[in-house]
Order: sequence, then C-alpha cells, then structure tokens
Amino acid sequence: MKKRLIRLGAGAVLFAAAAAAGALNALDDPVLKAAAFLIPYILVGYKVILKAVRNIFNGKVFDENFLMAVASIGAFFVGEYPEAVAVMLFYQVGELFEDYAVGKSRKSIAELMNIRPDYANLKTADGTTRVSPEQVKVGEIIVVRPGEKVPLDGVVVSGNSSVDTAALTGESMPRDVGVGNEILSGCINLSGLIEVKTEKEFGESTVSRILELVENASSQKAKTENFITRFAAVYTPAVVGAAVILAVVPPLVIPGASFADWIYRALNFLVVSCPCALVISVPLGFFGGIGAASRIGVLVKGSNYLEAAAYTELVVMDKTGTLTKGIFEVEKVQPAEGFRPAVNSREREKELITLAALAESNSTHPISQSVCRAAEAKYGITLKDGRISDHVAEVAEIAGQGVSAIIDGCKVLAGNDKLMKSQGIDFTESNDAGTVVYIAADGEYAGCILIADQPKEDAAETVKGLKARGITTVMLTGDSKTAGESVGKKLGIDRIYSELLPEDKVNRVCDLLAEKSEKGRLIFVGDGINDAPVLARADLGVAMGGLGSDAAIEAADIVIMDDKPSKLLALMKISRRTLSIVRQNIVFALGVKLAVLILSALGLCGMWAAVFADVGVSVIAILNSMRALKIK
Amino acid sequence: MKKTYILEDLCCANCAAAIERGVARIEGVNSASVNFLTTKMILDVEEEGYDETLKKIRKVVKKTEPDVTIKEI
Repeated sequence: MKKRLIRLGAGAVLFAAAAAAGALNALDDPVLKAAAFLIPYILVGYKVILKAVRNIFNGKVFDENFLMAVASIGAFFVGEYPEAVAVMLFYQVGELFEDYAVGKSRKSIAELMNIRPDYANLKTADGTTRVSPEQVKVGEIIVVRPGEKVPLDGVVVSGNSSVDTAALTGESMPRDVGVGNEILSGCINLSGLIEVKTEKEFGESTVSRILELVENASSQKAKTENFITRFAAVYTPAVVGAAVILAVVPPLVIPGASFADWIYRALNFLVVSCPCALVISVPLGFFGGIGAASRIGVLVKGSNYLEAAAYTELVVMDKTGTLTKGIFEVEKVQPAEGFRPAVNSREREKELITLAALAESNSTHPISQSVCRAAEAKYGITLKDGRISDHVAEVAEIAGQGVSAIIDGCKVLAGNDKLMKSQGIDFTESNDAGTVVYIAADGEYAGCILIADQPKEDAAETVKGLKARGITTVMLTGDSKTAGESVGKKLGIDRIYSELLPEDKVNRVCDLLAEKSEKGRLIFVGDGINDAPVLARADLGVAMGGLGSDAAIEAADIVIMDDKPSKLLALMKISRRTLSIVRQNIVFALGVKLAVLILSALGLCGMWAAVFADVGVSVIAILNSMRALKIK
Repeated sequence: MKKTYILEDLCCANCAAAIERGVARIEGVNSASVNFLTTKMILDVEEEGYDETLKKIRKVVKKTEPDVTIKEI
C-alpha cells in the first residue's frame, strides 16, 4: 500500500511538471514532449500494462488492465499525452480507494465474525490446559473464566455467572446461569468462574454453525445478484463492440471526420466497459444486510431469502410458542360475589388464590403449579414455608377433577366444573377462553381462577407493525376455537384458523399460497419443533427460538435466535433497506456509465469522466453498500 | 466432501466470479462458491481422486488470476 502511494505520488509530481512545462510551451519538440509524459506514464502504469500482457497470454482479453492499457496507449498514439497519463493516474488512485473500501468492508465483516472462540481451558487431573476448541471431546469439562468466550455448547456443572448472549441473540440483557443450566458457545462469561461439561464437539456447537451459516449465506444468490452476473457477461462485450464500431464506422461515413477523434471517443467506451461497480457492490450490499440481521440475532441463510422478505404479502404464524409464550399463567382471579365481602378486591383475590394455592401446593399438575407460581410471584404468598403447610391437612386428589383439602378446618375444593357439579356446589360457569379453576370453601362457591397461555410482550406490536405495512396476518393453531380466537382477536390477527392437525396446517398454507399474488411472498413463522413440513412449504420459513435447536436451523430459511416475534419487523426493515441500497447502486452505476457513454460518443467528455465512471463509481457504490451492514 | 480454502490476494469481484465459474467446471467438483468478501472458496468435491482434482483447481486459479494463492485452512 505504502509503496503504491509513493509510486503514484512521484508519478503525479512528474506529471504535473510535464503538464506545467507543456503549458509554458517549453516542450515544442514533439519527441521531447512525448518523453516528458512517457516517464510518469511508465512509472504509474507499468504494472497495469505488465498485467494486461500477461493476461492476454492466459487467454483473458477483456479484463480491466487490458482495457486501461489499450485506452491509455491509444490516447498516446492520438497525441493526447496528458490525457494518457491522467487516465492511468486516475485509474490507479481509484483502484487504491477501491482496495481501501474493500479492505474496510472485509474488516467490518471480520468483526462481525469475531465470535469464534480461540481456545478452551480443558480441565485435567492437574489443573487446566489451554487447548484449541477443536480438540475438546464431548463429555469433557472446560473452565470458563469471567471475560472469556464460551467455546463449546454444554451444561454448567459448577459455579454461577451471568452471560452476555448479544452475539447470538442481539439481546443486551445478560442471562443468569447456574448449575444444570445449558450454556451455548459464543456467549461471553461476565461475572463468575464456571465449569462446563461439553455436550457437542466444536464443529457442531452453536458458534460454529452460526459462522458457517453466515459465511455460506452468500452462495445462495439473490435474483438481483444473478441478474447482475448475467448482465455483466453481456455488458462488457457489448460496450467493447460498440467501441470498435465507433472507432471505425463514423470516420468512414461522415465526411471530414478524423480517425484520431473517433478513436479517442471509442477509448472512452473501453474505460467505461468494466462492470466492477455492480459486480462488487450488489453482493456486498446483500452480505451487509445479512450481517446486520445476524447482529440482532436473526440468521438469514441466503441473499435470496433476504430479498424475498421485502416482498412479504402474507405472514402465517403458529400460535403456541410463536405468538404466545407456551407457558400457562394465571390471567384472572375472580372471587364470587359472596366471598369475603368485607375486604377490598385485592385482598379478596389474595385470599382466594391463597386457598387454591394451599390446596394445590403438593400437586405436580401444570395447572396447579401455575396457580402456585402466581400466588408467590403476584400476590407475595409464601408457600414453601413449613408453617403455612401446617395449616393444610387431608389433601386428596380427585382424578380428572381437582383437589380437596382441609385448610384451617375449612374444606376447600379446587378444580374444574365437573368437580363443582359432582360435589353439588352452586357455581357460575365462566365463558373465558382457557382453563378455569373453580374454588369452593365449606360448600359455598368462592370464585374462580382463569389460566391461559399468554401472548408474548411484543406479539401485539408485531401484528400491528405487519398490518401497517399492508401485510395480511394469519394464525394457525391446533388449539380449540375459543382459545385460538381469544388470542387472535386480542392481537388483532386478520384470519384465524383453529383446531388444525399438523397436516391441516400444511393444507392451509398451500391454500394461502394459491391465494396470494404472483409477486407476494408467504412467510411462515413457527417454533421449528414440529412444523418442518410447513416451514419447507412456505416461500420463506422462519423458525423462532432456534437457539440451540438443530432441527429448526436445518428446516428454516431464516432463524430468529431468541423468542421475539418483533424481530420479524426488524428483518423486513433490513430486507427493504438492503434492496433499496442495492437498487440505488444499480441505478447510479448504470446511469453514470450510460451518461458517460452517450457524452463520449458525442465527443462531449474526456477520458477523465470515463475513469470516474469506472473506478469512482465503484468506490461510491462500495461505500454505499457498506451502509447495509449498519442498518439497525 | 466439503473443502474450504482461503484465496489470498483476491482483489477483484469479477475475478472471484471467474474463479468460481472456472473451478465449478472441473471434473470432480460438484459445486464451487467463492466469497469475495471473506476471500473463501467453498467446494463440494468428490472424495475419490481429490489430489488430482486439487491440482486442476490450482491450475485454473493460477490461470484466471496469477496473483492469487490458494491456502488451506
């Protein structure tokens, strides 16, 4: 780089000296004048000419070096000495900029890939040894100190810490890990020393798979990229052909036209004929977009998928695990009118859930556990305390109905409607979607607790955002109609299909595919566990919460690493921005080239403009493409 | 079989595309992909007779872009 700079600098000085001498008419001898310009020309351009000659022997005629050599030597022969040197100088300076821009993009991409761990601390009989992550076998113990990257996937066997998963999920909140927790490679250990028993080899670990995926993503080319490749294959020969015609035909046809003038115009064509600006900047733009997506925890498996996301027309989402958390939580505590009328409503709720939680505290049923969880978390009731357990006696489970228990001498029943009916309790049946636990105390109906799957925090915002873009939202679920409609309506989903078996989901997606417009794309979003057939059938399969799940990463085209559906909106934004950057580059590069071609044919612009249309445009297009990497 | 190489001094996108096309045509190479930005060449090749294939690959790369050297990782 430095050598090149010195060479170009010296060339520029000599060129300026020759030009100044020429302007002062000090070089009236034509031979002297040619020599004065030849020295800087050779200094600046000898490498280009050497390369051109070598490439011709290799059977490569139309490369950039050849075109520049021909154009500048041609300029020499038609007597445009300053032009010849300037073109070569310009071209080289442009190349320098181009290399710089490419180097810079490579560096930012390398930074993005900088999640690869360099070493692992393997625990041995006498302390630890530092080995390369590839050497660690499954089942061995590795030590991860604070500040180090977790090199392999595994389970924590000792120590507590919090880990930064930002490189994997884009999530900035550290995650706490302790003994028994799974830990993924690529995370950064923040606080404590932990020992991890490896569960996968390095090649199979999350970090390796992510890196492989992102690096290979560019081999799945977008339509725009393929178009550019095909276009470039035609463009160069066409422009060169036009140059030949321009050099030969007009001087023969137009009276008084000189060969020198038209050859000069034709040489401009040669300079403009390189498609480099497009060939570099279009894939670079897509690569940048994929990089930007991976930084927020969205893995895109190919440029074609990133491109397709911008044309989304229909978003079909699975309910459980995608729009909802898939965890049952207490949604509502509703005391009966006659239950403890003396205290305020919060106290009444608290007393009701206390009764239910105490009665159910020994049960392992998921519904019972969510009642107990809510009692502890939302109402601050201590259940694990032995003193409180002392109040509970004669707990009995009634299979398929619920539980009964004696709490402080009061007989409490907690269970479904069947329990209430079988015990002859007069109760009000609830119409809410979800599972309802009815509670009775001493034969009197005390109230009910509604338990339902909760929508994710950002689910409603996601649906709203999609609709704002004119995208139709569809929800598929295997759940009951009431449960499906209740969630769907709450979120504002356009169309809800419930009570579907897995094969029904495939059929629904096929119907929807037939329904949408030619250009629009259908995205299916699922949790990737049992919807692989649907993921494959959709135009674009997105698996959510794919962190650590092989099946999801295999089946999907795009993987959202954490559980947030709102990443879908971010993905579409990146997709659209990337496409617009790519389009700007295509229009800009072709526009400038076309303008310079026309102006050159008319003899209105010099070779300087042609060189700008080649390397100048490349540099600008590359810098523009790099913006794709910065999209947030 | 999958093979990955680094193409050192790969300096133009057009050449990367040319190398990709050239290498993909070689017998024993099922698919080739050259990433200009990471300067990586990812090949899917037949395991049998790979030494011969690799020689051909080196030849094609040298011919397309004399400055580029293939490095194994």
